[in-house]
Amino acid sequence: MSTIHVSTTINGAPTDFVCEHDETLLDVLRNRIGLTGSKEGCSSGDCGACSVTVNGRLVCSCLVLGAEAQDAEVHTIEGMADGPTLHPLQKAFIEHAALQCGFCTPGILVAAEALLKEKPEPTDEEVRYWLAGNLCRCTGYDKIVRAVQAAAAEMRGV
Amino acid sequence: MRYVAATTAEEASALLAAETGLAKVLGGGTDILVQMRAGMVEPALLVDIKKIPGLREIKSEAGGFRIGAGVSGAELMRHSAFATTWPGALEGFNLIGSTQVQGRATMAGNLCNASPAGDAVPGLVAAGATVRIQGPKGQRDCPIEDVPVSPGKTSLAKGEFITSIFLPAKPARTGDAYLRFIPRTEMDIAVASAGVCLTFDASGTCTAARVALGAVAPTVIVAHDAAKTLIGTKVDAAALDALQAAATALARPISDKRGTADYRRETVGVLARRAAQIAKTRAGA
Ligand SMILES: Cc1cc2nc3c(=O)[nH]c(=O)nc-3n(C[C@H](O)[C@H](O)[C@H](O)COP(=O)(O)OP(=O)(O)OC[C@H]3O[C@@H](n4cnc5c(N)ncnc54)[C@H](O)[C@@H]3O)c2cc1C
Ligand code: FES
Ligand code: FES
Repeated sequence: MSTIHVSTTINGAPTDFVCEHDETLLDVLRNRIGLTGSKEGCSSGDCGACSVTVNGRLVCSCLVLGAEAQDAEVHTIEGMADGPTLHPLQKAFIEHAALQCGFCTPGILVAAEALLKEKPEPTDEEVRYWLAGNLCRCTGYDKIVRAVQAAAAEMRGV
Repeated sequence: MRYVAATTAEEASALLAAETGLAKVLGGGTDILVQMRAGMVEPALLVDIKKIPGLREIKSEAGGFRIGAGVSGAELMRHSAFATTWPGALEGFNLIGSTQVQGRATMAGNLCNASPAGDAVPGLVAAGATVRIQGPKGQRDCPIEDVPVSPGKTSLAKGEFITSIFLPAKPARTGDAYLRFIPRTEMDIAVASAGVCLTFDASGTCTAARVALGAVAPTVIVAHDAAKTLIGTKVDAAALDALQAAATALARPISDKRGTADYRRETVGVLARRAAQIAKTRAGA
């Protein structure tokens, strides 16, 4: 099958790749670019482990075609830390033990970052609703909500 | 499969018309990419319409709103004028999936996927929305309810696709609402649903009503006989009883793992009643 050439920006870096027409952005990120932080839990939009932002909008990268990334700005978990300096959300997840196996964590961090950009002071309920599409089999969610709130407070400077 | 991002509506229509194999539109992809992955559909051509100029815009038109077919739920919910004018039509759309799914899902995709349980559809039908269709021979408009014809099938001809959805100007003292019932609180498919839009006169008498029932027939039901029970009333308890009974009587549901036909009939009546109460409150009556 013929392939398609795509020019995009990933975590701020202009990036070109070639992919199959029906290849998902998640497969492109993981298998062609080597960005394996985004995880594949279901490939049907249910688990959120593959969460990234495209042009600032939170999406499941398993439900986006690689070809659709032409001229777009893609942001993944790999773009979250500033070199060796962790993002406040990443630090809070470690401090609050908001992960066990860690499989859901990249997706939840990307999703939580998108929430705090829009709503720096969310209620617990808003955090839970926003993250309803991010499934975690380990933590029971409570520690995740607390970690997001701790990071939000730190980012607001309180 | 071939992916093409069309740059004009005419080009998209010509591509869809010329393809000899199965040609499909790619909206937000939250249905079709899942179906392709599962091997349920195998298109030869996928035409992405989101890069066509104007298809991601929400425009004011004739006192109403024209919503481009590529507009996602996340984009529409942040449009405050739309959200305050047509809260019922919006809440059905926004119930779809998670934050991530909302980032991509479109109303046109929900409509053209033609699931009997599509959550965006009853609210749009109740609001009296229409679609604009681009085809090889030009444009045409049609009511929302004429698009789905059976589960998974639409009335769109080869080469035709939806470019926008139009919600008309809302008359004074009008309110709309959408309710669905699902076994969980999030991320599930409706067992039954109801969209209601009511208009009142200055004395609080209902002068116009539209009721749409979802997930209780192969396609959305435009429940004229249920709507009629409210016209000329103050939408009081007696009128709501009549509405509930009429909605239950009009339902033609199936039994499946989410609920039996009897359960759906009962539920859809209650949902129509409650949606009518919310619509009345929103109308200020
Ligand atoms: C996790 C998850 C949860 C979900 N929850 C719900 C839910 O609660 N309620 C619900 O109703 N749905 C739900 N869905 C289904 C889906 O998200 C919606 O139906 C959505 O609105 C589809 O829109 P889309 O733009 O993504 O469609 P697409 O997948 O792009 O397209 C769907 C179909 O419509 C056709 N199409 C798309 N746009 C057009 C157009 N402009 N003109 C003509 N044909 C077109 C496509 O060819 C395809 O056949 C869920 C999906 C997922 C993955
Ligand atoms: S892998 Fe994308 S939502 Fe599960
Ligand atoms: S930490 Fe294991 S799935 Fe969330």
